[in-house]
Amino acid sequence: MTTPVKAFGRAAQGVALIGWLAVILGPYLIMLATSVTPNDVLTRSGASLVPAEVSFAAYGELLTGTSFLSYLRNSLVVAAIAVPLTLAVGTGAAIALSRFDFPGRQAVMTGVLVAQLLPAVLLVISLQGQLRTFGLLDSRLGLALVHAAFATPFATWLLKGFLDSIPKELEEAGRIDGASSWQVIRLLILPLLGPGLVAAGTYVFILTWNEFLYALTFTASDATRTLPVGLQLFIGEYQIRWDLLTAGGVLAVVPVILGFLLVQKRLVAGLSAGAVKG
Amino acid sequence: MTVLQRSDRVTYPHRRHTHLESRPAARRRRFAHGEPLVLLAPALLLVGLFAGFPLVRSVWFAFNDVNPFQGVTGFTGVDNFVDTVTGPDFGTYVGNTLLWTFGAVGLQLVFGLVGALLLNSRFPLRGVYRGLAMIPWATPSVLVALMWMWILDPNHGILNKALLATGVIDKPVALLSQTSTALPTLIVIDVWQGIPLFAVMILAALQAVPPELKEAAAMDGAGRLGVFRHVVVPAILPTVLITTVLRLIWTANYIDLPFILTGGGPGDASTTLALQSYVTAYKGGAFGEGASYAVMQAAVLAVLVVMYVRMTRKAESA
Repeated sequence: MTTPVKAFGRAAQGVALIGWLAVILGPYLIMLATSVTPNDVLTRSGASLVPAEVSFAAYGELLTGTSFLSYLRNSLVVAAIAVPLTLAVGTGAAIALSRFDFPGRQAVMTGVLVAQLLPAVLLVISLQGQLRTFGLLDSRLGLALVHAAFATPFATWLLKGFLDSIPKELEEAGRIDGASSWQVIRLLILPLLGPGLVAAGTYVFILTWNEFLYALTFTASDATRTLPVGLQLFIGEYQIRWDLLTAGGVLAVVPVILGFLLVQKRLVAGLSAGAVKG
Repeated sequence: MTVLQRSDRVTYPHRRHTHLESRPAARRRRFAHGEPLVLLAPALLLVGLFAGFPLVRSVWFAFNDVNPFQGVTGFTGVDNFVDTVTGPDFGTYVGNTLLWTFGAVGLQLVFGLVGALLLNSRFPLRGVYRGLAMIPWATPSVLVALMWMWILDPNHGILNKALLATGVIDKPVALLSQTSTALPTLIVIDVWQGIPLFAVMILAALQAVPPELKEAAAMDGAGRLGVFRHVVVPAILPTVLITTVLRLIWTANYIDLPFILTGGGPGDASTTLALQSYVTAYKGGAFGEGASYAVMQAAVLAVLVVMYVRMTRKAESA
């Protein structure tokens, strides 16, 4: 009696799992297939999961005939500024919140929570003029600063959680041996923070790589536009060139998926591992 | 994306307190040197300069006439608010915002719960599967828009081809350019992207339910459904609530998908308050009026923010 019921349950579970994965990965596979389909085949017969002919012409045209490479470079530059900056200021704040008691600590903690909920759509309205005043409008540095400010609250929170899970005995011993706070931080805390920094850094990278609204509003030339803004322009510009658009999409998504898959165990398991312990 | 941080709070509930109680003297001594200020200052400066100050100034904009180039040109009190609320389409924007926010988050919650239960069961390659299932979370919104635009393309898209081939429809449908289907289609796309995160959050909570508790309930005669209702549901409820509140706030403010896919159209069939705020400010050049939409929405959402902070505190000290 139980066996057929169990077998049915297993089958249902299998179908659900495969179905869910198909719905998740389907759009990516369609995009990949389209990007290697020659354009004349696309205009003749539309999308198909298995292209009749395979061609990488769209990738070639994308890299040589459009501003794609410039957008890619801008995205990398913005990330190269925003990620280390966020990690630096976030680490400081996380150490303060995890290892010290001070007046206003609760207020700062609440501030960290609330700051993650600020609507970009409201901030963007006055930020534009502010960046212009600073001479940071239409500049990769300006965009990176905004992204860093946007990412800092969560990075702080993530790093604080990570720090809270590191035992403090070593630091205690260090203090008893007469180490100053700065020595304790430099010699005992920072060396242990590596995995936390990797997770937080990946998060910041994904955020800045994907961010659209600020990038759209604060950049105005090919010298500053990031990939999301560039892709959005492409949608308008190459409306009937789906081979080109999807090739751009594939190249834009590969870095984030790779980065995410590399640390997903830490990012995702970081959540659930703590949950099991708690 | 911020939903991720929830876990820390839910998962390390006791730590700070134990720490505090065990070594109060040490903490007091550390306070005396002023290190926290030095450590916090860079973060406070950065966030204050590029988030805190702009927030205050944007709210101020809502009470003024603001020219994109000259800045504030005159205080107008609540005129902007009166103008936006009495505008002929305000009701549509509010309705769209409610449908978009509650529709998308509601569906994400339901499917996220099912997904979490699926992920929590045993099957081969579970770790890999979990990683793949999270990919939409890491995908840029522009790319999500681009992929779905292509799938839904009326002329060459795969959905129309499939539906035509199977005879479900007899001529191509442009789901994103019909008044009746534009917003629902956007919701479906947002749900597609949002389910994985909900699933992983709930999964973390599911895994935190002590197995002994479930065994004890089962031994006391509770069936599988009884265990789920009386043990599992109460245990995951805080996480589910916090995640839901957080997603509601996020979704209400999220304009990338409608901005790219429909521009709020056709007409204003998919225009939400947040989108209208951006469009009024940047296409209409009326920064003050644009800000007033966002300020009104933020005022309503502030209730959720307070709920979120309270629930978080409760989960932390529970």
